[in-house]
Amino acid sequence: MKPWIERQRHLIDFTAQSLARRKGKSLGLLVVYTLLVFVLASVALYTHALRNEATRVLAGTPEIVLQRLIAGRHDLVPPGYIEKIGRIRGVQKIEGRLWGYYYDSVLKANYTFMVATDREIAPGEIVVGPALERTRELSAGNGVSFRAYTGELHTFIVAEVLAHESELVSADLVLMNAADFRRFFAYPAGHHTDIALWVANPLEVRNVGVKLLDALPDSRPILREEVLRTYASIFDWREGMMLALLSAAILAFGIFAWEKAAGLSAEEKREIGILKAIGWETGDVIAMKFWEGFLVSLLAFLVGYVAAYVHVFHFEFALFAPVLKGWAVLYPSFALTPQIDGLQVATLFVFTVLPYTAATLVPIWRAATTDPDTVMRS
Amino acid sequence: MLELANIRKVFNQGQHNEYWALKGIDLDIPPARVSVLKGPSGSGKTTLLTILGCLARPTEGRVRLNGEDISGLPERFLTEIRRRTFGFIFQQFNLIRGLSAIENIILPGYPGGTPRAQLLARAETLLADLQLAHRRDAKVEWLSGGEQQRVAICRALLNDPQILVADEPTANLDSKLSTEFLAILRRLAEAGRTVILTSHDPLVVESEVVDRVYSLRDGQLVEVVDTRRAWP
Ligand SMILES: Nc1ncnc2c1ncn2[C@@H]1O[C@H](COP(=O)(O)OP(=O)(O)O)[C@@H](O)[C@H]1O
Ligand SMILES: [Mg+2]
Repeated sequence: MKPWIERQRHLIDFTAQSLARRKGKSLGLLVVYTLLVFVLASVALYTHALRNEATRVLAGTPEIVLQRLIAGRHDLVPPGYIEKIGRIRGVQKIEGRLWGYYYDSVLKANYTFMVATDREIAPGEIVVGPALERTRELSAGNGVSFRAYTGELHTFIVAEVLAHESELVSADLVLMNAADFRRFFAYPAGHHTDIALWVANPLEVRNVGVKLLDALPDSRPILREEVLRTYASIFDWREGMMLALLSAAILAFGIFAWEKAAGLSAEEKREIGILKAIGWETGDVIAMKFWEGFLVSLLAFLVGYVAAYVHVFHFEFALFAPVLKGWAVLYPSFALTPQIDGLQVATLFVFTVLPYTAATLVPIWRAATTDPDTVMRS
Repeated sequence: MLELANIRKVFNQGQHNEYWALKGIDLDIPPARVSVLKGPSGSGKTTLLTILGCLARPTEGRVRLNGEDISGLPERFLTEIRRRTFGFIFQQFNLIRGLSAIENIILPGYPGGTPRAQLLARAETLLADLQLAHRRDAKVEWLSGGEQQRVAICRALLNDPQILVADEPTANLDSKLSTEFLAILRRLAEAGRTVILTSHDPLVVESEVVDRVYSLRDGQLVEVVDTRRAWP
């Protein structure tokens, strides 16, 4: 066992020296290879994080949201609607919600103002998302003023900043007390923005939807599962397009790598002849070349993956954002929660490191099995 | 110690350019002596040397090393025997460019899995022995011809082989360096190593360092002459 390890160490030493001796070839390959891993990993990390984010967002939302329609457009829910729905079997909880958009002309940004249903916020206080914390430099205890659409200025005290995780939902959020909300937007008393319904059994969601339509013909129930499906299809479509583009790049890389790795230079062939003549076995030569392929691709993989991680989670996927404009429109700007999926890393590893390592091994077979006496006849 | 029995070697067998380079050779290389294979160019010296050194297999005939028939062994075992028993010095030196002298010297030690420190220590002893210690870390392409050959000798000796094999070792050396090289060979033979050379250089063939000369012509052994020391 010990000599085996020692031997592999020697072979790795030798192969590392060989790479250093052929700097141009090794570096060129490494750069191209790293770029490829970088692009692949960026897309993979980004879509994965985005999908997770969306799932997490929707996990907290009610199974059904009921909107009232007038002339096919979303309108306020007048008083008495919740009572009209009455008791429907399977509905756990019904709640009228209050939310709306506010355009901040100072920063030219849109915020979502919302009345928190799961927490109490004192009159005159607000809870803000991380985007506001950044752009308006707010922190707990600060005062902030918004000019309402009526023209008058309202001042609030920031009670708390929401946690940074899951920024996709909470980045631009401003939570407040119901009375403050109605006063700020001059919201008609007793009206709500929409109605949220929680249904425990997923199989009953559609039934409840049908019953809602019966009870309130001028309303539109929006089921969470449909929203989820829409999201999923948008993501899948975008990802598919990216992957189509990428496969072209991968193909080009494959040809490039094949040429670089597969073609043994005359110098390399000569060296292999020498090594065999001085007592290296065919297996030693092959193992040495295996390490070469493995080292190059492993290094490229590590550097490419780390760069992709930084790109996605610290630079907001800036390089490829234009390609994915669809998502950008979906939501202006947000930082994703950094996360790594083991299976995804493994897949990426297998699809980058293995083919290259194999490509370095194929041509070596012939060179390594040539008779050692050829070196006497150069 | 190294015996050949009825060795024949053919190139391109069955093709129009089929060529019998060796046509039935019997010989017995004595231990701890310097033996030379001489003959005109194309007479089969190098071919015979590759068979003696287990670099190639004969088409027919038997090779016996210390009484053991090794001609039928699989490649793996043959490589192992070659690494342990033989050290090679090639006409073009065949050093690996870009590596330093000492790194070239330790290469034959890699497959055996000897720790690096041990290999380096052994290489340093060999370098010092050949007055080359000061060139330890020089890239081999910067060395002179004589220095390159001494590095090649060190490399050949790394695994402490019983038998040293050299093909036309003085072809790239001037007379002074050739004489120095022969002096090194004598020391090695006196220390108990068996040395086999090919050469058509009179300086080598007629040297007093040489103990036995085998003359080849057209793939056949035409003469064997013992020249120097008394045989035990
Ligand atoms: N691989 C080979 N294929 C065909 N012919 C060869 C090969 N190697 C050597 N020969 C031929 O065998 C003969 C002996 O060659 P060699 O042993 O190199 O002679 P020497 O070393 O005495 O000059 C030459 O005629 C040479 O052309
Ligand atoms: Mg020759």
